Amino acid sequence: MPEENSQETPDTTDVEMTKVVITSGEPQGDESDGSPVSAEDPQAGANDVEPSVGAKRPRRELDKRTLSVIAGLLVGVLAFAITVQVSQDDSSQDFDTLRGAELAEMLKSIDASNQRLAEQIEELSATRDELKADTSNTAKAEKAARQRADALAILAGSAGAVGPGVQITITAPAQAITASVLLDAVQEMRDAGAEAIVINGVARVVAHTWFADDDEGVRVAGRILQPPYVIEVIGDPHTLQKAVTFRGGLADRVSARGGTVEVNKRESISITALADELEGQYARPAK
Amino acid sequence: MIPIVGLVVGIVLGLVFQPAIPLGLQPYVPIAIIAALDAVVGALRALSEERFDDRVFVISFLSNVLIAAFMVYLGDQLGVGAQLSTGVIVVLGIRIFANAAAIRRRYLHA
Repeated sequence: MPEENSQETPDTTDVEMTKVVITSGEPQGDESDGSPVSAEDPQAGANDVEPSVGAKRPRRELDKRTLSVIAGLLVGVLAFAITVQVSQDDSSQDFDTLRGAELAEMLKSIDASNQRLAEQIEELSATRDELKADTSNTAKAEKAARQRADALAILAGSAGAVGPGVQITITAPAQAITASVLLDAVQEMRDAGAEAIVINGVARVVAHTWFADDDEGVRVAGRILQPPYVIEVIGDPHTLQKAVTFRGGLADRVSARGGTVEVNKRESISITALADELEGQYARPAK
Repeated sequence: MIPIVGLVVGIVLGLVFQPAIPLGLQPYVPIAIIAALDAVVGALRALSEERFDDRVFVISFLSNVLIAAFMVYLGDQLGVGAQLSTGVIVVLGIRIFANAAAIRRRYLHA
């Protein structure tokens, strides 16, 4: 459209046109402050040049066409730039448009928060280490407690036990072996470091196990046992064996009563019998 | 006709290629865009008053862009880049509004 206009109006009239425009532009200037200046100033400049170039008509025609092409190009460049700029703002952060001072301010605040966060990290990792140590301590304590509980369970006869030891077989005529002999035998074993003792595979001997003579044999913690008595003991086999066979010991005493004692060292003795649980009626843990 | 074609082609190219603006040009592009917009709105006003001239448009467009860019550059050198670019944008914005007002008066009589 603009091209047609400019082509229709010859150069000579062009000057008149612009002059008219200038006069007409003034009243508008009143309404819209300095607004017309943008359009008028360059136009006025163009008017100054036009008369001098106006002499060569064909060249100006060509110029007009190329100029309108250039104008179109410029609009295209503008559209391109706007599009690029808009998409740029979408994709990149807003730091591009910030100036040095603002960036420095930002950097400072980021540094400060960075430092704060580093301190926080330090504190938190210290806390974490503490908690970790606590946990491992707790785990250690728990493990120790469990081992102790296991040991105590074996001592109390509330758990089965496996380990090296000796098997003592006492064969004797009925009534020859009394409760005191068996108790002595057990005591000898304990002196030799026995950790778990069972008689005839059923009577687990623990701290509160009692022995009593009975018509049919020996009553051990309520169970009646009859010869042959087989005492299985877990402990150091060598020491246990010595404890049985030393002069004046169990073996001598049993043979004095007309019986025999046989001691066999065993690599592994398995005790499965459990002691009756003792329900403490009087004793309570002291605090 | 040609400017409309240029407009469409420019938008399409910008959308298709989405090039990153070179770091050195980044402060100038927004101001240059505003300046160019001022030239375009001025041209639209001239068009409405039937005194549009391609030559004037081309020259005012280029000089607007160059001057705006130069002012931003100068402001950066003087250490008042932010303020000066704000000033440039304010002035150009006023001109754009004024020209738009003139166009509006002509066509809408309001």
